[in-house]
Amino acid sequence: MKGKEYLTRRQAITTGLASMGALLFSRCSTELPPTYGNLLRAGDVLTYASHRALLPKQSLAREYQLADITSFPATGTTNPVDKNNSYSEEYDRLQKKGFKDWRLSIEGQVKNPGIYSLSDLQQFPSRTQITRHTCEEGWTAIGEWTGVPLGTILEQCGIMPNARFVNYYTYDGFDDSIDLMDAFHPQTLIAYGMNGKDLPVPHGAPVRLRVEKQIGYKSAKYLRKIVVTDEFTEMLSPGWAWYTGI
Amino acid sequence: MKFETGHRRWVKISHWVVTISFLLLAFTGFEILMVHPRLYWGEAGNDLMPALLELPISRNHKHEGWGQQTAFFESPDSPVSAPRTVTIFNQNGWGRSLHFLAGWILVATGTIYLLFGFFTGHFRHNIWPKLKELSPKILWQELLLHFRMKIHPATNGPIYNVLQKIAYMSVIFFFLPLTIITGFTMAPAITAAYPFLMDLFGGYQSARTIHFFSSAVLEVFLIVHIIMIIKSGFKQQIRFMTLGK
Repeated sequence: MKGKEYLTRRQAITTGLASMGALLFSRCSTELPPTYGNLLRAGDVLTYASHRALLPKQSLAREYQLADITSFPATGTTNPVDKNNSYSEEYDRLQKKGFKDWRLSIEGQVKNPGIYSLSDLQQFPSRTQITRHTCEEGWTAIGEWTGVPLGTILEQCGIMPNARFVNYYTYDGFDDSIDLMDAFHPQTLIAYGMNGKDLPVPHGAPVRLRVEKQIGYKSAKYLRKIVVTDEFTEMLSPGWAWYTGI
Repeated sequence: MKFETGHRRWVKISHWVVTISFLLLAFTGFEILMVHPRLYWGEAGNDLMPALLELPISRNHKHEGWGQQTAFFESPDSPVSAPRTVTIFNQNGWGRSLHFLAGWILVATGTIYLLFGFFTGHFRHNIWPKLKELSPKILWQELLLHFRMKIHPATNGPIYNVLQKIAYMSVIFFFLPLTIITGFTMAPAITAAYPFLMDLFGGYQSARTIHFFSSAVLEVFLIVHIIMIIKSGFKQQIRFMTLGK
């Protein structure tokens, strides 16, 4: 039957393309986060590779004026003391004392691991930026963030030459990681202020991350610990893309 | 100019690759829209701001799951924040990844198609309407024929009437590129590099709204295209676009 023959040819083409893709990606596997074992992830890895290869390295996300600040929904975890939603006993204790005992530990592939209190972080030269938060759900909001650039802290700790990823751990369990390109981006902040005040609890108090060139869920709230690694660790649910510059 | 018999092989292959990727994009695009079925104009838009359009397409439509509002500033018209208290419908984990995977296939195939189209003269000879075809009289005649559902029988190859040419032309050179570029405008890494995209469309949310309407036009095109295929001989048309005979 002729229809059958045609389908076989098309299957041959698809198989050929798929194996070409597999060859391409396996060749790159030492360079790219090796989480992409399935076809769905091939698109994400292609996006990541092409963004890194084609887009200007350190271009800044657009910054806005004070008058542009908009209402801002708090989604995901909005308070880790809520017993029904990502409850953290430790966070509960810290919040009761007004985050006086909160510390951010920086460890892993760094020469000087450190433990920073909120006032330690506030000693560093700060950066304030009004940027657009882009949620994967489809909504956007403009807010002002104040904090210390992650790059400043990483320089202070002195990352090792083999370091490749910055992993961050949070009190609500939305642990994730970024590559050094985003970690050292001047707008990537360890943010402790929002719209001119202390960072409110629904938005990640006392300290959250801002990764302005990726989708909102990379800007983790309720930071706890930062670990610099040379290997990629899958931390976020594998159902969600690791690189979300798109 | 030699007489065309049948669709060229690269036309047939790209036609079906684009078909598959477009269907995947439409399906995942609808899923993504279901997660936040509100459209806005400008740069920012969210549940605490007024919408341009609210679509009743999922349980997220006008959900009331918002806690107490807190003002950011002292002024009476201050922007506010509120915590979300419900779990919304959200399948964007695989939805977005599949959308972008299909997007890659569409953009790659589309680019190759455009290059072939220009350099083989396919666009010039077959898609671009001739000036004399654009006379009001011919346009009117074709319109009447189409409205009366008197559709030309299937031709094996690119012999298109003027309405067909206009439809194909606007899809290839306007609506598909517009949908793709407004899609790019929603990518934070891309607009950081090329901020003019946001100015071109009037902001992120405007680009998202245009992306929606422009893909809706493409879906209407697909439906009309399928009706025309059925009206002009479905089996034969499918054979012409696959086996070529």
